[in-house]
Amino acid sequence: MSELHLAVALDGAGRHPAAWREPGARPAELFTARYWADLVSEAETGLLDFVTFEDGLALQSSSATGPDERTDRVRGRLDAVLTAARVAPLTRHIGLVPSVTATHTEPFHISKAIATLDHVSRGRAGLRIQVSGLPHEARHFGRRTVPLPEDGLYEEAADHVEVVRRLWDSWEDDAEIRDVATGRFVDRDKLHYIDFEGDHFSVRGPSITPRPPQGQPVVSAAAPDEEGAAAYGLIARTADVGYVAARDIEGTRAAVTAIRQARESTGLAEAPLHLFGELTVFLDEDAAAATDRLGRLDALAGETFADGTTVFTGTPVQLADLLQERREAGLSGFRLRPGVLAQDLPALTRRLVPELQRRGAFRRAYEADTLRGLLGLARPANRYAARTPA
Amino acid sequence: MSTKPLKQIHLAAHFPGVNNTTVWSDPAAGSHIDFDSFVHFARTAERAKFDFLFLAEGLRLREQGGKIYDLDVVGRPDTFTVLAALAAVTERLGLTGTINSTFNEPYEVARQFASLDHLSEGRAAWNVVTSWDAFTGENFRRGGFLPREDRYTRAQEFLATANELFDSWDGTEIVADPGPGRFLRDARAGAFTHRGRHFDIEGRFNVPRSPQGRPVVFQAGDSDEGREFAASSADAIFGRHGTLKEGRAFYGDVKRRLAAYGRTHDQLKILPAATFVLGDTDAEAHETAHEVRRLQVSGATAIKYLEHVWNRDLSGYDPDGPLPDIDPEVGENTIAPGRASVRQFHDPRETARQWRELAEAKNLSIRELVIATTARQTFIGSAATVAESINELVQANAADGFILVPHITPGGLDVFADTVVPLLQERGVFRAEYEGTTLRDHLGLAVPGAEPAGEGVVS
Repeated sequence: MSELHLAVALDGAGRHPAAWREPGARPAELFTARYWADLVSEAETGLLDFVTFEDGLALQSSSATGPDERTDRVRGRLDAVLTAARVAPLTRHIGLVPSVTATHTEPFHISKAIATLDHVSRGRAGLRIQVSGLPHEARHFGRRTVPLPEDGLYEEAADHVEVVRRLWDSWEDDAEIRDVATGRFVDRDKLHYIDFEGDHFSVRGPSITPRPPQGQPVVSAAAPDEEGAAAYGLIARTADVGYVAARDIEGTRAAVTAIRQARESTGLAEAPLHLFGELTVFLDEDAAAATDRLGRLDALAGETFADGTTVFTGTPVQLADLLQERREAGLSGFRLRPGVLAQDLPALTRRLVPELQRRGAFRRAYEADTLRGLLGLARPANRYAARTPA
Repeated sequence: MSTKPLKQIHLAAHFPGVNNTTVWSDPAAGSHIDFDSFVHFARTAERAKFDFLFLAEGLRLREQGGKIYDLDVVGRPDTFTVLAALAAVTERLGLTGTINSTFNEPYEVARQFASLDHLSEGRAAWNVVTSWDAFTGENFRRGGFLPREDRYTRAQEFLATANELFDSWDGTEIVADPGPGRFLRDARAGAFTHRGRHFDIEGRFNVPRSPQGRPVVFQAGDSDEGREFAASSADAIFGRHGTLKEGRAFYGDVKRRLAAYGRTHDQLKILPAATFVLGDTDAEAHETAHEVRRLQVSGATAIKYLEHVWNRDLSGYDPDGPLPDIDPEVGENTIAPGRASVRQFHDPRETARQWRELAEAKNLSIRELVIATTARQTFIGSAATVAESINELVQANAADGFILVPHITPGGLDVFADTVVPLLQERGVFRAEYEGTTLRDHLGLAVPGAEPAGEGVVS
């Protein structure tokens, strides 16, 4: 059977709000480089395709309307792109995929930041594009009237990614010529204005940063179950990897079908699209112990944990079964969200991965140097490069 | 013999950039993009115990006469991302990035600098620049043009707002005590409100206070407003005046302005940019320097430079021939939009007249004239001569140190590190080991105390 792709989501001490209170969670180190380097190194020992770094332009909150004033949960985050860049020189193979909020950022800055992440990691960069309709987050910028219309946000994010992608191609690979005879450093015929004009912004280009090693770093986006068609459209229009959050195999199948159909009507219809299932996992060698642990965490948090997708408790072997079953809905991989990073990340890398390897369902060594390579995506041609006349 | 203790020199390294100081045609010149170049450069600077590394920024590829300018290095990486990656391969070196206050928002920039400061354990610095041209603005959703009267007030308010965000956490909020389940001591951590002319924002800043409290702030402007801005709000000035006379005048002027803001002389470091050419002997260094100048200013480069003043197409002129006898086109500079360098020629006709006079008197061609009138190397000579010059300038209060701009990437700093630095260390005017861990430690700057909570108002 073909191999699965696996990514792991990194955020604070883990997905569960009480994760930071678990033994080994290192809550006082959440804002240090060492903590993040250790997490990514652990993921790399498990030969995972990539890690994602959660991010947001507001303080975490359990409320959609503003800060929740809670003092019993992790609050505060380091910038995801910079955290990824900080660990890049310390790792060699694993992909680094920071989250980026399209709603409040400049596509020009994001394009060169991810291109640079690709340069410093030698071809292992991606991004996870997201939108924010939170009014309190918009007030951190003061430039937009709230509330922001949900559908418009996804349209805008698709435009944002279009600009980011065009800017990556705005330098042809061989634009830098260093021609001493003519004194020209670049061949300016190989630098391109992108001249994007959209409803929300226009961007002229070219980028200030040369084309990244992967040509096009990996673009990923999520389709939260509750947001449906608009989010599916963003994946269809922009992504190399889409994350499907669904509570069961039927829901997964429906989402996969909808996204694949939406893809057909876009300019990327021919481009490969990975769809990854999203699962939050609590693992133990004993299934009952995993359930007990979640129960104990819920008691600490004072509420029953829910995460907008399947919340799995059980053994690594049971999880391997579930992944193999769920993939039949049309998935090529999974983004697993450890409930408690300190416990569930090593359980993934040291227990789940060997189990999948035993079943022939996961790589036994890194077989490529770039993230596109790990995902089986070819290095794309530059959209602006002159075509050889037929 | 003076009993006055010797001033300690501060040294920094400017990664060779997108300008004609950088000689890319040298066989030793490497990539300006590959991370290996940055690693080499940063490690040399750290080996030499430099205070910090410095990155410039430009947010639109330069154009001249409606075409992308192709004679200098073109292209650079994203400042923040490279600095964060460099934090992984260095331990003490300060990491200074130029970040524009026009094409960014305070919330985002503040969290990037606070994050960089955490990720580098207290080594982040921000060279605050402001530009306002619609040309660069074409790359940004917010556009760029600012009317003249708003340029400095916006930059000032941007920095003041960022400082309010940095100070919205005082560093004591995170308890992270799992037993009772207290992560935060204070539910209001990060709360801020800023109501101003340029920014009207409120909410919660989401990066806890970083090791330096705030990044070290640099300012580069040379105008009266720029000097005032620096005196009020900067920790260091990335300056231009590297000679004894000009340096002393600038140094004295800026330091005098500090008192009005309740600040002392040691709270603002003056660090001019400086180039250098070293040789085994002074004579050899001067010979090399002449060669370097010819590499920096090719005939084609000289014509392009002249166009900044003449504001018209001069491509028909011979760089080895005399200056144009036509006069500059006065008015808005259309030949090189967005270029700061064109703005230094306030009276292009007068500049042209002076240059013609100089060229005639000394029988200079266009290229020779440009070589003669544009920035020369600051320090030329043997290592001993250069060490002596640097020390003299610092002890004479023409500067507190220098930001060195090598002309070769990435190895151009190596010879300085190997030959000049040991001489300065022997004289006891430059550190032999890092004494502290943060950039504030290196520069002798205190960690700013959190300001009392309150609403920030800048009008």
